[in-house]
Amino acid sequence: MSLTIDEVAKVALLARLRLSPEELATFTGQLNAIVDFMAQLQEPDTSGVEPLAHGVEVRNVFRDDVLGPALPREKALANAPKRNDEGFLVPAVLE
Amino acid sequence: MTAATATGLLAQIHAGAVTAVEVARFYLDRAEKLGRLNALVNLDPEAVLAQAKAVDEKRKAGQPLGPLAGIPVAIKDVLCVEGEPTTCGSRMLKNFRPPYDATVIAKLKAADAVLFGKANMDEFAMGSSTENSAYGPTRNPWDEDRIPGGSSGGSAAAVAADLAPLSLGTDTGGSIRQPAGLCGVVGLKPTYGRVSRYGLIAFASSLDQVGPFAHDLADTALLLKVLSGRDPHDSTSVDTPVPDYSATLDTPPKTLRVGLVREFFGDGLDPEIEAAIREAVRVYEAAGATVKEVSLPHSKYGIPAYYVVATAECSSNLARYDGTIYGHRAEDFSPKYPGEEGLPPLVRMMMASRAEGFGAEVKRRIMLGTFALSAGYADQYYNQALKVRRLIRNDFDAAFKEVDVLLGPTSPTPAFKLGEKTSDPLSMYLSDIYTITANLAGIPGLSVPCGLTKSGLPIGMQLLAPAFAEETLLRTARVFERATDWHTRRPALV
Repeated sequence: MSLTIDEVAKVALLARLRLSPEELATFTGQLNAIVDFMAQLQEPDTSGVEPLAHGVEVRNVFRDDVLGPALPREKALANAPKRNDEGFLVPAVLE
Repeated sequence: MTAATATGLLAQIHAGAVTAVEVARFYLDRAEKLGRLNALVNLDPEAVLAQAKAVDEKRKAGQPLGPLAGIPVAIKDVLCVEGEPTTCGSRMLKNFRPPYDATVIAKLKAADAVLFGKANMDEFAMGSSTENSAYGPTRNPWDEDRIPGGSSGGSAAAVAADLAPLSLGTDTGGSIRQPAGLCGVVGLKPTYGRVSRYGLIAFASSLDQVGPFAHDLADTALLLKVLSGRDPHDSTSVDTPVPDYSATLDTPPKTLRVGLVREFFGDGLDPEIEAAIREAVRVYEAAGATVKEVSLPHSKYGIPAYYVVATAECSSNLARYDGTIYGHRAEDFSPKYPGEEGLPPLVRMMMASRAEGFGAEVKRRIMLGTFALSAGYADQYYNQALKVRRLIRNDFDAAFKEVDVLLGPTSPTPAFKLGEKTSDPLSMYLSDIYTITANLAGIPGLSVPCGLTKSGLPIGMQLLAPAFAEETLLRTARVFERATDWHTRRPALV
């Protein structure tokens, strides 16, 4: 298959990556080469084969519902790029 | 103290022949002298000496010492150490200081180990050469014009160059075993679930595992025991008893049935590597092993299946780096390229922050994973890759009915030149061809030094075993180590 520059630009928006026109052109070429390589995944017969999400399958791990120590607010905010005393600050979400 | 092992140093520290501070000073001096290798980043000598001093005081006071008392351990920079820079080799996390310790770090501290700086790595563990690091590449101690492998290249080079006797790496598709092979040290990827991933900054959560680097198997066994065990903070860690790997290391396995994977000896395997592996097979035969050829018919789909599964998981895991809660935020996110004018400022902030924070390979993998999971393609790529993953696991299950371990090369070529593969991502991916299937299947794997090329580059032998058979892996490898001296070789560094 062949991904167009527009399709790759759409993936970049979904992935929240700003790409320059030059990066977009390079990635389109590289992604096409990799996606072509991945086409061989269609070769083996997988009818009736269950998908395997984890190599070691562990099921339904429960724990007691007890309150543990929480990260103190100051520690949680310590790495914030922009903050005030009680929260993270971001550009306006709603107009 | 050069060419020391952790086991040897422990004996000397316990006997009072050296102090932990003397050990720390030796490695600090060496790390400074060999700074050009760029193996360690964020090494804080004062913090190292303070930890060593605490161990000496504990010993003086007659208090019991932990199993790694006074032993420097270099930490791959993907593992959270509370309050210490933890960057994943990325501009994105340049100023990040985690609010808590990874479980493996807490275990090292409880074992009285000395945390010896952070080791360089491919950004977010994505790469096979440690060239994708915001700190620049690490150099292979055996040939400084060559890559050390990756993504745990700093951890492998640190042990190979005796900057620390032990180190921690992580392995998602070969990132412990491949650099161990290329740097002539031992590297072990445990079974998925053997070691807690809590505090390991996620790349591909169903594949990532933390594991040890060391000069020999005794040291590997020692460190693996400290790291292993279930952790309530990681629901995928498994509650299987942790054997005393050191205690049984020297007891040869009851049965020694070695399988050679036909598909691991095909096109693209360097003849010198093949010769070294065939020689290793002769060592096993001389030790009484039964050697037979086995087949993993779906292994050729390992790389494509891996690059769908791993990138899909990475696109999801790395969504958290959006300039909001931690990590880099772009100062200027005004519209720059066509089409951005219509986007809300928050979206532009995220896009610009990620564009500035991530390097090219990380962006490429996020894009690939986003594509593989996107509407209309998920069945064709992601779900199909998970089915192929089951076929790969079934191949291993069938092989392990016939043999105890699988033996082969760790990687198809010795260490390549810096820059040789950076412009061709696909050829870089192929260097993980023999290691990647173990991650998909969840089984443990080990690389041990088994030779040197004519030009003096290390060759690694990979052994694979069924899930939770790390003990078999170590004991089987020990049969080879006892008969050879490759693990004692060191690069001629000045």
